Amino acid sequence: MTTLLATERIKLFTTRSPWWSAFLALGLTIGFAALVGLNHNGGPLTVEHSQFGMQFGLMVVSVMAALAITTEYRFATIRATFQAVPKRTSVLVAKTAVVAVLAAVIGEVAAFGSWVTTYAIDGGPEMAITTGADWRMVAGVGLVYAIASVISVAVGTLVRQSAGAISILLIWPLLVENLVQLIPGIGDDIHDWMPFTVAGRFLNGTGPDAPMGPWASLAYFAGVAAVLLVASLVVANKRDA
Amino acid sequence: MIEAVGLTKSYGKTLAVDNLSFSVPTGRVTGFLGPNGAGKSTTMRMILGLDTPTGGSALIDGKRYRDLHQPLRTVGALLDAKWVHPNRSARAHLQWLARSNKLPAKRVDEVLEIVGLTAVAGKRAGGFSLGMSQRLGIAAALLGDPQVLLFDEPVNGLDPEGILWIRKFMHRLAEEGRTVFVSSHLLSEMALTAQELVVIGRGKLISQSSTEDFVAQATENTVLVRGPQLGHLRTALGQAGASVRDEGAGLVVSGMDCADIGELAARTQTVLHELSPQRGSLEEAFMQLTGDSVEYHTEIADAPTPATLVPAGK
Repeated sequence: MTTLLATERIKLFTTRSPWWSAFLALGLTIGFAALVGLNHNGGPLTVEHSQFGMQFGLMVVSVMAALAITTEYRFATIRATFQAVPKRTSVLVAKTAVVAVLAAVIGEVAAFGSWVTTYAIDGGPEMAITTGADWRMVAGVGLVYAIASVISVAVGTLVRQSAGAISILLIWPLLVENLVQLIPGIGDDIHDWMPFTVAGRFLNGTGPDAPMGPWASLAYFAGVAAVLLVASLVVANKRDA
Repeated sequence: MIEAVGLTKSYGKTLAVDNLSFSVPTGRVTGFLGPNGAGKSTTMRMILGLDTPTGGSALIDGKRYRDLHQPLRTVGALLDAKWVHPNRSARAHLQWLARSNKLPAKRVDEVLEIVGLTAVAGKRAGGFSLGMSQRLGIAAALLGDPQVLLFDEPVNGLDPEGILWIRKFMHRLAEEGRTVFVSSHLLSEMALTAQELVVIGRGKLISQSSTEDFVAQATENTVLVRGPQLGHLRTALGQAGASVRDEGAGLVVSGMDCADIGELAARTQTVLHELSPQRGSLEEAFMQLTGDSVEYHTEIADAPTPATLVPAGK
């Protein structure tokens, strides 16, 4: 497995897209933190203010993770890969792991970088990371990014093409999860179980009507990712490369 | 040795490969010949475990490809030179391949040297010409120093220099005692490189034999007869059981040799300007064998090659 992880690491970092994605994700999140800090008036800045851009970072990381697999299909390097290592499950798990680690690192740097930036602009005692909820909000970003990247790789493997995968991965959290609320009667209940909504509750607090606590929310998000990953592995093993 | 047993692949109702059985002997260059769309690439993908056969199996030294441990050390293959990420450098492409099979990093520089890409190793593979991509693909195939090599249409689209290079390379690989399985739709190309031939059409096996036997069996030997007045001779030839067809001002006779035709000409008092044996070309032999199994026929009026192959009277 270490061999495969090293292989996938070489593959990921010898193309330009992960570098660009990392820069873009950090620029967006930390940039937004700076904007919020500079434009803020009325009341002290809180930890929550510094994490304003995390949703944008998440979008970029999702796209990066999806591209890591869809470009393999686009350029047929997936065939070269399966030719070199016919054990497809191992290959895809290794790729997912490498992408997830990168996503986690981007998430942590983005979250703490944003926090430091806002703190530097106008830090007061309210900016201190003290409670468990504060830690989840900042340190938890890496976890959410990592799990979201697993979902992206899985969807990318299933769809096999960049445009389709990216559309799904952007439209789902931005539109679909919110629009389900419009369904009369059951809309709100469905919304409560939408994976990205639940992941948001892990970061930003669960609120009174959430069905799960914060860590159960993260576990649920991870569960969704695991199901998609398994489905993508089954399909990739059955399908012709 | 590569062995296909009852290999079958269907896409919906289309049978791309139909109960194909053949073997590729060790230490020789075996040509895999068939018209475009005959199922050559599909067969090769199945040998490499990329596509799953609908039926039958392909074995390399008795094992399925998917069961090979570090397969690049056993089988090297170049199916498509464009299976490379365009933004990755040639060296990086080989590096990840080498890493995946635990091959030493210095092997990357060795194969770059072998194919002559050392100078451009750091350049983006997307900027490579077809010839350079092909060399990179061959470098990748040689990484694990495998005894079995598969190439799919390696000369397709190459300039004459590139073709010559590939041809020499195949010979070198064969001289080193490796098993080479190379596909082509050009028989003339195969006649220069392959000692054995596996010929398929529409996914079915047409023949497996040595190249020599294949050519000898398949080529139709004819005699070209030219002269000012061939009417009587023509009738006489027909009566003697030979088949005759017109070609320009002359006749092409099959089923009778020069001596018999000459004697017949003397008996019918025909003046001859030319009486020459015609050895069938490889291309003709190939067309004759696979003519019925070409997937997409073109109907061009008076098409010179395929039409003239049909013996007169048919």
